[in-house]
Amino acid sequence: MIQQLFFAYFSAAIILLSVLVITRRNPVHSVMWMLLLFFHLAGLYLFLGAEFIAAIQVIVYAGAILVLFLFVVLLLNLREELKTNRFITSWPVSLIICAGILLLIISSLRDFLLGPIGKYSVEYLRKETNTVALGKVLYTEFLLPFEIASLVLLVAIIGAIVLAKRRVKSH
Amino acid sequence: MPTEYLPILIFLMIALAFGLGALLLGEAFRMKRPYAEKLMPYESGNLPVGEPRQRFSIRFYIIAMLFVVFDVEAVFLYPWAVVFDEIGLFAFIEMVIFIIILLVGYIYAWKKEAFVWD
Repeated sequence: MIQQLFFAYFSAAIILLSVLVITRRNPVHSVMWMLLLFFHLAGLYLFLGAEFIAAIQVIVYAGAILVLFLFVVLLLNLREELKTNRFITSWPVSLIICAGILLLIISSLRDFLLGPIGKYSVEYLRKETNTVALGKVLYTEFLLPFEIASLVLLVAIIGAIVLAKRRVKSH
Repeated sequence: MPTEYLPILIFLMIALAFGLGALLLGEAFRMKRPYAEKLMPYESGNLPVGEPRQRFSIRFYIIAMLFVVFDVEAVFLYPWAVVFDEIGLFAFIEMVIFIIILLVGYIYAWKKEAFVWD
């Protein structure tokens, strides 16, 4: 019972906060609601037993990515942004598309079948703890994707500098 | 549901109650006698000059991006540190490769003067 209550709270809060994020006029307010949204997502992950993902959600998303969002918002010309009309003139089209996607999701939900429980069951994770279980797989079986991740991060550094540094030099 | 996180939940609830309680109590008991000068933004006693919303330098974007990248790098170090004893030298070498690749990005940022503020 208490579990359903927790899940209901987190789901409802996530939906409400998502709506708040996309409906605020001031982008800084949107980012602040998003911070709360990220914390609730972390709570949902924790509730699902994915402790490591929950910690990462707080450290990376609520910590780093939100700072990035905030800086990007502060780079914009907010005064102009607040005056411009919002993109809601074609909302009937958006509504039809969203309703279609929702219908698609609902109709495909019935075809989800629970497979046999694999090696990484909840009990196994509880015994080994999340971080150990992840580390054991990530640094042996998924060695190549792990090293590729470093290249992706390298591309992010170079991309940011190439994009932003050129403008600094031009004036 | 991992029950060992219950203290954190209780802590969050107390924090929320404390924050909200302080605001509501203040709202209920403080005197409200506003006038135009009182409602002005406070700028160390001077009259406010210009708009509060200024566009930030693009350099903040680079700093934020570098922060994200090295934050993610640090995240990869946590499970590595936990299982280091079990995998041993192999884990050490792969992490050295991982860090060297990111070090290339760090040196690139350094040489491109991403850390310089003039």
